[in-house]
Amino acid sequence: MTDSHTMADQSASAMQRAKALEAALTAHGLLPDGFVDEFNTHAEEQWVTRNGAQVVARAWTDDAFRERLLKDGKSAVAELGFGMPEHHRHLVVLENTPDIHNLIVCTLCSCTAYTIIGAAPDWYKDLEYRARVVRESRTALKEMGLDLPASTEIRVWDTTADTRYMVLPVQPAATLDWPAEKLADIVTQEALIGTARLDTVGG
Amino acid sequence: MDGMHDLGGKQGFGKINYHPAPHAETWEPLARALSALAVKNHIYNMDEYRHAIERMAPVHYLSAPYYERVLTAAATLYVEKGIVTAKELADRVEGTFPLSKPIGPGRQNAPAQTFVIGETVRVKNEFVSGHVRMPGYIRGKQGVVVGKSPPYPFPDAAAHNMQVTEEPTYDVRFRSTELWPDSADEAFIHVGVFQSYLEKIT
Repeated sequence: MTDSHTMADQSASAMQRAKALEAALTAHGLLPDGFVDEFNTHAEEQWVTRNGAQVVARAWTDDAFRERLLKDGKSAVAELGFGMPEHHRHLVVLENTPDIHNLIVCTLCSCTAYTIIGAAPDWYKDLEYRARVVRESRTALKEMGLDLPASTEIRVWDTTADTRYMVLPVQPAATLDWPAEKLADIVTQEALIGTARLDTVGG
Repeated sequence: MDGMHDLGGKQGFGKINYHPAPHAETWEPLARALSALAVKNHIYNMDEYRHAIERMAPVHYLSAPYYERVLTAAATLYVEKGIVTAKELADRVEGTFPLSKPIGPGRQNAPAQTFVIGETVRVKNEFVSGHVRMPGYIRGKQGVVVGKSPPYPFPDAAAHNMQVTEEPTYDVRFRSTELWPDSADEAFIHVGVFQSYLEKIT
């Protein structure tokens, strides 16, 4: 069959292969008209970082909600209208503090709480991130622009089962009196995954 | 499976491409949608999907962009489940349509045992040729249980079209310096470990 060394030379382009699978499924009557466009539109419009940003903003401005979020993340985000797929059974929200920094990875593939924090960014799915952040967390974070004090405890979470994770960043001191809508604007996907902090925002 | 996908702690990789140039490959959303269609229609589950990616030939796995892995897994499973044939896919392209390597047997859960928060546990020294969600970097290592999940479908069976029994996972906290002595940045590494992968420290 195919030899590893020559495989790349012989294989059809990914575009051709994707189109071939689409055509084969269509020929078998299995691909409903419009499914691809509807699915992709839904993904682009519904699975966005803004969902997670709103969750964070609410946690920052509502202590009781924050408590519920830390106790049972999936139920708490559902209060705000954000659902999760059936196979995402549990959402664990990881609370940062001034001295504790949480970082999420999926070393084995690309598992992400995508309905809450948005589709995983390319770098999260790349081999480099998956290989390095469990073993070189501090070094990799510094390369990505987050230079943590030596005294900060780093906690890495490898998403290996049906639990999904999201970081609850520390609210920046300069924003303590901001309304939730304005707070949601500052929460980035990087902060929700843990490759960035927001401590100095708004100052 | 001790496959190329088990990347945690592997060395030799360079800088993380943190700010990639935006790209708009139209086949990528198509690949994603075709896989989502299969999951929606219960043609395959997420465990089978992950294992199909793991079964890609090593060099193909490491050199394929992300969505090519998605595409290959979807095509492989559509063929293995008898929905389309490898030939009809190959006939529709110029060049080959490489699929993943054939699937082997899975396995069932270990006899149940319970672990509690605060308990020091050890990951069994097991080698599983089928789908397993134990990254190699924790094999045989000791850690502390810091959390327990509700029961989840056991992936070692669920990826192999077997009867599935659910069991809890434990968030186990390891020290990076114990996982890779003298060869890691200090951090706590938490892994969601299925109950069957753990053993008591006697």
